[in-house]
Amino acid sequence: MQDTRPQTMTDVALKAEKISVYYGSNLAVKDVFLDIPRNQIVAFIGPSGCGKSTVLRCFNRMNDLIPIARVDGNISFNGEDIKRFDPVELRRRVGMVFQKPNPFPKSIYENIAFGARINGYQGDMDELVERSLKGAALWDEVKDKLKDSGLGLSGGQQQRLCIARAIAIEPEVILMDEPCSALDPISTLKVEELMHDLKSQYTIVIVTHNMQQASRVSDRTAFFNAQATEAGGKMGYLVEYDETQVIFSNPREEYTRDYVSGRFG
Amino acid sequence: MTAQGIKGKDVASGNFDQNLSGRYNLDKLFATAAWAATIVSVLILAWLLFTILIDGLGTINPNFFTAFPSRKPENAGIKPALFGTLWLMMVVAATSFPIGVGAAIYLEEFATDNWFTRMVEINIGNLAGVPSIIYGLLGLAVFKRIMEPITGGNSVLSGGLTLSLLILPVIIVATREALRAVPNSMRLAGFALGANKWQVVWSHVLPSAMPGVLTGVILALSRAIGETAPLIAIGAVAFIRSTPSSLQSPFTAMPIQIYNWVGRPQAEFHSIAASGIIVLMVMLLLMNAVAIYFRNRFQQTR
Repeated sequence: MQDTRPQTMTDVALKAEKISVYYGSNLAVKDVFLDIPRNQIVAFIGPSGCGKSTVLRCFNRMNDLIPIARVDGNISFNGEDIKRFDPVELRRRVGMVFQKPNPFPKSIYENIAFGARINGYQGDMDELVERSLKGAALWDEVKDKLKDSGLGLSGGQQQRLCIARAIAIEPEVILMDEPCSALDPISTLKVEELMHDLKSQYTIVIVTHNMQQASRVSDRTAFFNAQATEAGGKMGYLVEYDETQVIFSNPREEYTRDYVSGRFG
Repeated sequence: MTAQGIKGKDVASGNFDQNLSGRYNLDKLFATAAWAATIVSVLILAWLLFTILIDGLGTINPNFFTAFPSRKPENAGIKPALFGTLWLMMVVAATSFPIGVGAAIYLEEFATDNWFTRMVEINIGNLAGVPSIIYGLLGLAVFKRIMEPITGGNSVLSGGLTLSLLILPVIIVATREALRAVPNSMRLAGFALGANKWQVVWSHVLPSAMPGVLTGVILALSRAIGETAPLIAIGAVAFIRSTPSSLQSPFTAMPIQIYNWVGRPQAEFHSIAASGIIVLMVMLLLMNAVAIYFRNRFQQTR
């Protein structure tokens, strides 16, 4: 691909250009520009209501499922406009892990196999289940009870099951919406270690309220903030986006400095 | 200032007058009232069962199940009504379950919120409250007259379809409640894996909602099995000397037969009416037992 624009060092997986999201007539997030480099971990931080989860859901078009939501601007995935993708196809390639672990009320095996089956997986299902669970560092804990319900696992195990389920359909990007906020510190650590391992194969975008987590796991960090609107609501915007190190040690914006040092938010 | 809450003792603590004994008394009063309400309903039911059993148990014998109606009470049997009701219930279950659950899935999972769906919703709510005789008149006009070439007029099919109409609103409302109780996170999980709506509904939402759906269907079928008025409206008669052999056969049903016997002057007919009630109740219990069995199986697989 020939491109006349100056190329950054790494290849861009997702690119948001002037993204604004409306809920009804409320502007929830305004004019976000953002590049997500391939095989890196990007963290979204910011106070509640700043629109970081909203922006995250734009990337796999989950906002399409909310009838009153509208997304303006362009997002491209591998250089192609995501509006040109079928949402079902896009969501296979851009997976998602939610805030609260939400395994299906089925067996551990079926939790993994479902996504593969509906997407027409042709290979050996047993092998895929094992590979996915190993990929999510859960295999050793569940290998003897694959027929047991996914709901019988602990919260941290459930979340890793959800990650295993997401990687089973071989996505290129995994979006994580506060994946550790419902977990205890030990489970959190396990998920963070897992993210490090996954980085070589996947691009990861993680929304987190935990700034230590952002600084521990991410390569780049985007800081969002919210400002009050005249209508009495909140409108989110991207304040600063840079290498995680820069955001946490030497940010350009004073807002960012105040936030990462714990002075507000 | 700091008073320890010793059980059963009122303590005053700062700005709080806890009035523990008063609150416990109210608690006891409420529990007693709720207990009394339960006992009243159980007693009424027990009394009903007791009197029916006293009246009817004596006349239940093998002949009662195999004989046709007769002018002589000792020869009269319930066979055509029993078979008629079984046929009816099969027609009702086979039509109302897929249509009712399908409509509920559409309204709850697929339909967008606009004036049309809101109007449909309001109407379904209203239809659930329409008296059953009105459905009987509708069935008379539509199934018996207009669709006579298909239904065969006064037939099992006409009766079953009429009863289906009657319970459809109940099934739709109950199914929608059950679907609404499925957490949205499950749908999102499915969509995030690239499932489309149908796959999410079929694989996850519906199985999770199934216990609730079945409960609604059980209640609705229990209502249908006891309905008399709509069947009389479409012209089912009590005195019939055959059991249905096809969907187009004429029929009678248990409640009609019971109603007919109760209306006779002879006391002997009253006791076989009681026997009929016992049979109807046992059928109802069996039906519910089957449905509860299925419901528990669905709950276990979760």
